[in-house]
Amino acid sequence: MKAWLPALLRLAVLALLVVFITSPGWFEPLLKPLTENGAPAIYNQGSLLTLTLQHLRIVLVATVAATIVAVALAILVTRPAGAEFLPLSRSLVNIGQTFPPVAVLALAVPAVGFGEKPTLIALFLYGLLPIFENALTALTTLPGNVMEAARGAGMTGWQRLMKVELPLSAPVILGGIRLSVVISLATATIGSTVAAKTLGEVIIAGLISNNLAFVLQGGLIVAALAVLIYDGLSAIERFAARRMGQGVE
Amino acid sequence: MTLRFDKLGVVIAAIVAYAALFAPFATFRANRIVPGQARSILEALPPALGMVLVAVVIVAAIVALLKTPLILRLAVSVVALVALSVLIGTAGGFLTPAGNTFARVAPASGFWLLIFAFTLLLADVLTRLNLSPWARVGVLVLAAVAIAVLLVSGSWDSLSILKEYASRADSFWAEASKHVSLALGSLAGAVIVGIPLGVLCHRVEKLRAGVLNVLNIIQTIPSIALFGLLIAPLGWVAVHVPGAAAIGIRGIGTAPAFVALFLYSLLPVVANTVVGLAGVPRAANDAARGMGMTDRQRLFDVEFPLAFPVILTGIRIVLVQNIGLATIAALIGGGGFGVFVFQGVGQTAMDLVLLGALPTVALAFVAAIILDAVIEMTATKRRIVETA
Repeated sequence: MKAWLPALLRLAVLALLVVFITSPGWFEPLLKPLTENGAPAIYNQGSLLTLTLQHLRIVLVATVAATIVAVALAILVTRPAGAEFLPLSRSLVNIGQTFPPVAVLALAVPAVGFGEKPTLIALFLYGLLPIFENALTALTTLPGNVMEAARGAGMTGWQRLMKVELPLSAPVILGGIRLSVVISLATATIGSTVAAKTLGEVIIAGLISNNLAFVLQGGLIVAALAVLIYDGLSAIERFAARRMGQGVE
Repeated sequence: MTLRFDKLGVVIAAIVAYAALFAPFATFRANRIVPGQARSILEALPPALGMVLVAVVIVAAIVALLKTPLILRLAVSVVALVALSVLIGTAGGFLTPAGNTFARVAPASGFWLLIFAFTLLLADVLTRLNLSPWARVGVLVLAAVAIAVLLVSGSWDSLSILKEYASRADSFWAEASKHVSLALGSLAGAVIVGIPLGVLCHRVEKLRAGVLNVLNIIQTIPSIALFGLLIAPLGWVAVHVPGAAAIGIRGIGTAPAFVALFLYSLLPVVANTVVGLAGVPRAANDAARGMGMTDRQRLFDVEFPLAFPVILTGIRIVLVQNIGLATIAALIGGGGFGVFVFQGVGQTAMDLVLLGALPTVALAFVAAIILDAVIEMTATKRRIVETA
């Protein structure tokens, strides 16, 4: 009986989330006690639905770009031609992760101006690292006998990459993408400090006008999105691992 | 003799060529918020010094481009970095009209790209040299001393970021100490609570999934929301719990920032303690039991020492993450370097943003290098013990 409980719980969270962002008015009585002096309980300077979609779009664009670049770089440094770059790329990943997101965001502003662009750059750079790290780990720890067999079967370098290496690495690379998405979902809210249209706008409006209801609804929507997307990607990862015969954990 | 090219050197030489030929070396602005005018290397420096810098950059780029001995690459990257750092200060003095206190000279994209290219070269050399942990800390200390000398000697005083610093020197150090105490204080709290919690999760299996799930969910709450959400409960505590306000607990300010950072820090500490303890070899535990050690002795004499490198890795993650997140505390009046970042964003004064961002990046970087070195040292010590 326990197997269906988490699935049901997730479905309930998803349903609640959809209802909340499409008709937030229904929840006004719940949030009203958190406001003072008759302030509005539901964010009223824009639609929560639009902001949620914009938030997701920024994260999606940044993650897709980061995935393409990170996987391409990881493939490059694991080929004989790019092997020279391998040790350096490892150190760069280590160094890159020490850059705080706020600093990246603020430093991107002079280069590209306010709005969505600095947020996209920060999310892209920040999302790059976990994906690159996982892709690198996956591609450098492939089972030796499988690679040997692929070579013995007369596969070319390209065929080995597309038919053996990438499919075998897929679960671990997906793990990196999952980490990157969750970090980006939360970091995108900070983008609103430089005028990007994300759910951070709701939270910041709440901080400025001392309206706890705004902070709570913005925070909860982002957290619910993160939990649902994290679980969804974990499920895809398990599916990919099972297909690769790496067992069900 | 055939010349062979270094692949990374090709990338570095391309960046250097673009930065030196097409990108501005410095920008000059009549005051701190108007758009700047670009100045190339030769325009930004007295003619003789400009030629020297160009020569240094060209020689360094050629050394990088060709397959050359590591020691030579190390030497040219250091010389190029030192020359750039010293001469950007000279450019500041040269471009600022005498007696003008409103004019601002800032390093521009060409300067930053040159610094990036030669840091890349230096990082490559240092990676290939495969330095021991102590040597890495030594390199870090040398770099810190060099920067301190440049700062104290006043050779950078004519640059815009230091002019921003000069007008708020007092608040800079106040915010710096707030930033560091927020990051370190919440780390200390997380270690004191998190390690026992991790041990408990390791021993009591029923607790493990529950605790880790809750901590995982806390991580998904965006930082600015968590900061904001803590305002209300802490405000309530301040009003209703006697003595709470006296020790500095208030709705806004440092208290909610501290609690939020503490909550974010718990997951890496607890999770790594659990993983570290789970990785203790069964044989070690059996031997300890066979020797008649009590649970407590086994924990402190066997399990902790063996799990220590993994727990330290968790602490490293927390410290680097906290130094970055502490910038957000400024949004709720918690202070820290974020104050300058957000003020700068608000006034579109990028020098002020840099004044907040550069120390934050530097702190996180130093913390990462030192803790990485410590982790490696404890891990190697453990390996020596194991093989002995």
